[in-house]
Amino acid sequence: MRSTVLTDKPGQDAYQASNPGISAVSPRRTGGDLVQLISPEGERISHPEFDLWVSDVTDEQLCSLYEDMTVIRRIDAEATALQRQGELALWPPLLGQEASQIGSGRALRDDDFVFPSYRDNGVAYCRGVEPTDLVRAWRGNASAGWDPYRYNIATQQIIIGSQSLHATGYAMGIQYDGSDSVAVGLFGDGATSEGDVNEAMVFAASFQVPVVFICQNNHWAISEPVRIQSHIQIADRASGFGIPSTRVDGNDVLAVLAATRIALDRARKGGGPTFIEAVTYRMGPHTTADDPTRYRDANELEDWAAKDPIARLKALLRTKGLLTEEVEAKTQAKADEVARSLRAGVINMPDPAPLDLFKHVYSTPNSWIERQKDHYSRYLESFSGSTQEGAL
Amino acid sequence: MSKLTFARAINAGLRKSLENDPKVVLMGEDIGALGGVFRVTDGLQKDFGKHRVVDTPLAESAIIGTAVGLAYRGYRPVCEIQFDGFIYPAFDQIVSQVAKMHYRTQGRVKMPITIRVPFGGGIGSPEHHSESPEAYFTHTSGLRVISVSNPQDAYTMIQQAIASDDPVLYFEPKRRYHDKGEVDEGADLSTALSMEKAKVVTPGSDVTLVSYGPLVKTASDAAMAAADEGVSVEVIDLRSLAPIDFAAVEASVRKTGRLVITHEAAQSGGLGAEIAASITERCFNYLESAPVRITGFDIPYPYSKLEMHHLPDLDRILDGVDRALGRGNSLSGLEG
Repeated sequence: MRSTVLTDKPGQDAYQASNPGISAVSPRRTGGDLVQLISPEGERISHPEFDLWVSDVTDEQLCSLYEDMTVIRRIDAEATALQRQGELALWPPLLGQEASQIGSGRALRDDDFVFPSYRDNGVAYCRGVEPTDLVRAWRGNASAGWDPYRYNIATQQIIIGSQSLHATGYAMGIQYDGSDSVAVGLFGDGATSEGDVNEAMVFAASFQVPVVFICQNNHWAISEPVRIQSHIQIADRASGFGIPSTRVDGNDVLAVLAATRIALDRARKGGGPTFIEAVTYRMGPHTTADDPTRYRDANELEDWAAKDPIARLKALLRTKGLLTEEVEAKTQAKADEVARSLRAGVINMPDPAPLDLFKHVYSTPNSWIERQKDHYSRYLESFSGSTQEGAL
Repeated sequence: MSKLTFARAINAGLRKSLENDPKVVLMGEDIGALGGVFRVTDGLQKDFGKHRVVDTPLAESAIIGTAVGLAYRGYRPVCEIQFDGFIYPAFDQIVSQVAKMHYRTQGRVKMPITIRVPFGGGIGSPEHHSESPEAYFTHTSGLRVISVSNPQDAYTMIQQAIASDDPVLYFEPKRRYHDKGEVDEGADLSTALSMEKAKVVTPGSDVTLVSYGPLVKTASDAAMAAADEGVSVEVIDLRSLAPIDFAAVEASVRKTGRLVITHEAAQSGGLGAEIAASITERCFNYLESAPVRITGFDIPYPYSKLEMHHLPDLDRILDGVDRALGRGNSLSGLEG
């Protein structure tokens, strides 16, 4: 059976309609078709190469992927709600990208090391990061929420594409150590315009290090459509660096899982870097501060809603007779519980102390910081008496 | 003790660090077979291999960005930026990643990265090869910034920088690379003067003259010339530019009551301004006259036929000393 090609045409049309000066020529394609193992209708599509890489996935594991995707969507929705209620300052929703994140996150070994962007909360969840720690930075209680060495995932990177170099450098270290771990750099379509991502591919190819670049092409870099970021398919850029690439349906959890496993295996065996483009869609705003209705067509959203990653897996489970009431109830209960715990964790999160300002700027005492800390603490102390007297 | 050029002294220090710590990795453009454009890493790749002394593609942001990843993995990268004016493509990685990672991760991820920057002018180079960008980095919290002025410090402080768990920018004055000096290669790092401490290189009692890097020698020469005229100048080599050892400068100014600062970098928003302000805050009542800055002008680094006018030299520094003393000088127009 041939795979159905998922096109990104609706986005292009919408963009061209409002930007008539931009070329309407389709992106040039040199790579293969989009790899898909589950159709939008939930039908399992066979693939001569990729099937081998997911043939071990049991029914139970399929249900577990469904649970992960449901839970992370619930975390995302709860965080968005918490932002609307004033409990978080900002939140970057991943709605629509669950298959890309769970499919890649669940392919990893514990000793692999991930360098994520700010939107990769689904991957962080797969690494074991507590939901409350996912939002710590977005509440303003810390610059980052967790210990990277505890979960082997760096903290969320805000500078676009910067982490692709960190992943490459980490992979250089893996190579020097003679280990078969793999470093994974996660970024979006917008990041592929950044110099750092291109330099990362140069270094990764030069040194043939064990790194996997996973680009979630969610079609929009805030208001910039992928169309004006790249005149060829993003996956095809990799060949210019001598890096093998795959273009997979990012709303298909099995396709992403298989592609990631293939890339990881190549890296572990000394085959060097791989670039994966997971074609997906950012169904929500860039962040809670964004308003996508100003720059994109509602029809586009509708088209992509029909390709929803969770609905698709759900349909497959239903076809296979796996979507029992018990599975549904269990999944729902888990999502409810995680959301409850996230909300409680946020509401009860203690505020940092004022003098935490000065902590960890350096790993050893620094005379400039110490002096300013000393002055500021005495300044703060100067108010302690007057508040008791009601002077403030 | 052995007599080494400045460049050989850094080379010896790098070699010592490579020998002592298997996690030390050198990386940069042309640092392998060529030994770097200034030969500072000469012979190191041959002796330590391509994984310890890494010739990188030509991308400064990537040199620093991959060093961040290596540091994550437990390595201690030492990056060479070929020339001062080539550091700007790496500015984002230095300022947004190297400097902030420890703070961001609440001390969990250390960035023991050393960034070597040959800096300053005086060698007749074209544009982008003679700059003094240190103030960009001293203004960035999370970085330690040092500059060395002699072969012994070059040897000791490169090792201290590499051993530091915090990122260090190590500014080496390229016009002094061929100067020779005595170097004690057996010097014990644990008892050596901390790289954060300034050093009085010429004691004096009338004027405090603060400098670092390439101008320490010029300042010392100026102090000798002033002595001939009966003026006692105390020369301080800052060594550390972030943090600055203000206690040492303050102690000197309390004694002399007069302060002159000299650096090659442009004046406005530069280190001289920071030193003048901080010393004024700390010991205003001890100052007999306003602090004086003798620096490069607020211009792009000029073409080399004019650089001798831009760089502070012995006479401009002496003119500044005269100003601090209220004696006749170029600005007062008074007879000396």
